[in-house]
Amino acid sequence: PVENKNEAAMSELVPEPRQKPVVPMKPMGINANLLGYIGIDTIIEQMRKKTMKTGFDFNIMVVGQSGLGKSTLVNTLFKSQVSRKSSGWNREEKIPKTVEIKAIGHVIEEGGVKMKLTVIDTPGFGDQINNENCWEPIEKYINEQYEKFLKEEVNIARKKRIPDTRVHCCLYFISPTGHSLRPLDLEFMKHLSKVVNIIPVIAKADTMTLEEKTEFKQRVRKELEVNGIEFYPQKEFDEDLEDKTENDKIRQESMPFAVVGSDKEYQVNGKRVLGRKTPWGIIEVENLTHCEFALLRDFVIRTHLQDLKEVTHNIHYETYRAKRLNDNGGLPPMTVETEENHESNL
Amino acid sequence: NVFYVPLHFIFSDSAGYVGFANLPNQVHRKSVKKGFEFTLMVVGESGLGKSTLINSLFLTDLYPERYIPGAAEKIERTVQIEASTVEIEERGVKLRLTVVDTPGYGDAINSQDCFKTIIQYIDNQFERYLHDESGLNRRHIIDNRVHCCFYFISPFGHGLKPLDVEFMKALHGKVNIVPVIAKADTLTLKERERLKRRVLDEISEHGIRIYQLPDADSDEDEEFKEQTRVLKASIPFAVIGSNQLIEVKGKKIRGRLYPWGVVEVENPEHNDFLKLRTMLVTHMQDLQEVTQDLHYENFRSERLKRTGK
Repeated sequence: PVENKNEAAMSELVPEPRQKPVVPMKPMGINANLLGYIGIDTIIEQMRKKTMKTGFDFNIMVVGQSGLGKSTLVNTLFKSQVSRKSSGWNREEKIPKTVEIKAIGHVIEEGGVKMKLTVIDTPGFGDQINNENCWEPIEKYINEQYEKFLKEEVNIARKKRIPDTRVHCCLYFISPTGHSLRPLDLEFMKHLSKVVNIIPVIAKADTMTLEEKTEFKQRVRKELEVNGIEFYPQKEFDEDLEDKTENDKIRQESMPFAVVGSDKEYQVNGKRVLGRKTPWGIIEVENLTHCEFALLRDFVIRTHLQDLKEVTHNIHYETYRAKRLNDNGGLPPMTVETEENHESNL
Repeated sequence: NVFYVPLHFIFSDSAGYVGFANLPNQVHRKSVKKGFEFTLMVVGESGLGKSTLINSLFLTDLYPERYIPGAAEKIERTVQIEASTVEIEERGVKLRLTVVDTPGYGDAINSQDCFKTIIQYIDNQFERYLHDESGLNRRHIIDNRVHCCFYFISPFGHGLKPLDVEFMKALHGKVNIVPVIAKADTLTLKERERLKRRVLDEISEHGIRIYQLPDADSDEDEEFKEQTRVLKASIPFAVIGSNQLIEVKGKKIRGRLYPWGVVEVENPEHNDFLKLRTMLVTHMQDLQEVTQDLHYENFRSERLKRTGK
């Protein structure tokens, strides 16, 4: 191997460490296998144990007009009453005049893994006569969580584990009109897809037949594309070919998920299932031939949960942070760098 | 704004599975894809078998064309810092290991300043990380911080030498120190025990903080708990390394051939090599965490306080 001689030393006292070129591991010989196990793969096991012990935070926001079944759906997703259903049937309860942000937290445990789940509800969104700019309180809330995290991160004495209140996932509920998206839907998603992971869902999908559903989905997908709305999983963040293939299928075929939620159980073929009972039959929430709830659940919870958090942290949060550093405004004790004098890390 | 309410489970058990218990698998998958980085520093006088030990630990040949300088050349030399990186893959898990060597340490007649270079190197890595962490573009931060330092103690003395004490006192607040008794085959088992006890006493006397293995958690299995107990009781590890394969009972093993017998590197009755390797590999994550949460944070808060911002 050729040695790389160091060029100008970084300082007089310490010569720049001479980086020898990366050497792939040389096997010891034919009998190397007998002695050949170091145990590097146990690191994975260490990480898994650690994840289980420390537990994790997950913050999910639901946005949509009242009555679209947001709370029911979230409760169905997490199989528990994590969201208090607004008693929209109660005439005394008024529709809020502005959009409110209500966050409720729960600690739930499964298979030894602890999750601190926070559901952020946004009552009042889209419910007024004049809904102009009704996404602003939502965008403000999301940015406030980024700001909170940033302040902790730049502290001199900072916490080992910074509490994470950032919104990892925003479920946007589309009304099942069967026609197209509404202007409010487009405006909201246009603004918010830049700051948070948006997953559009078609609510109360049991009001559409299979054909109507397929057509509606196609139309919605087209509209989102034409309007340049990057919903999660965003194309530009696919990490490798494996991700791209998997995510392309989800983006182009499955999304937006047409879902039905329920907190009632019925007996079907000897099994207890979650569903909605109508005179013409029972709609089974977790039956893939009835609706796509199970797809949404698997997507958000069983396969992409960690990725939702990582995209929030590595992309959305970093974008916010970079903007803050650039604006130079009122950042707590820290060297603030502007674009001109900062050395690129690339 | 966030308030916690008691949870009401309203669904029967059979319907109760949500699926977030799968999260550790998701994390696993991402970690395997990303791979790991680890930086290990080795410090000790020339001739204590450092390079041989590193090669034995990772089954590599990091120093293929080594040139060993004579005494006259060593007089002129100051401490160098040499970093070599090797990529090791095992069962699909990739590790990018950087070994930072410190040739020249302890060689000079007057070794007064020989660890200043080392301290500066460690601080430079912290400085670089702090700079990167505070920068605009943080997507590709490289972690070159030293996660662990094997400090080689000579088996020829009666315990720690003054240089050993000074070094460890200067560095225990900057890096995880793992003391290692080198060339352990020059000692009988009794001599080894005596030396170990002596070293531990001196470490405690001088208030030196070496890396502490965390106790096994209560929910670990008995086997792991026992392994942790044995590891903790064997510190400092007395080790032997070898680049040679010797045939013993029909098998080819790493060892040292003497007229009076063969010393086997991977034989736990001959030395603590396997223990050292087990300790390193099962605590790689913890070593990184302590570096991040303790040593780096100390450096960072000192730095930020000093620049008065």
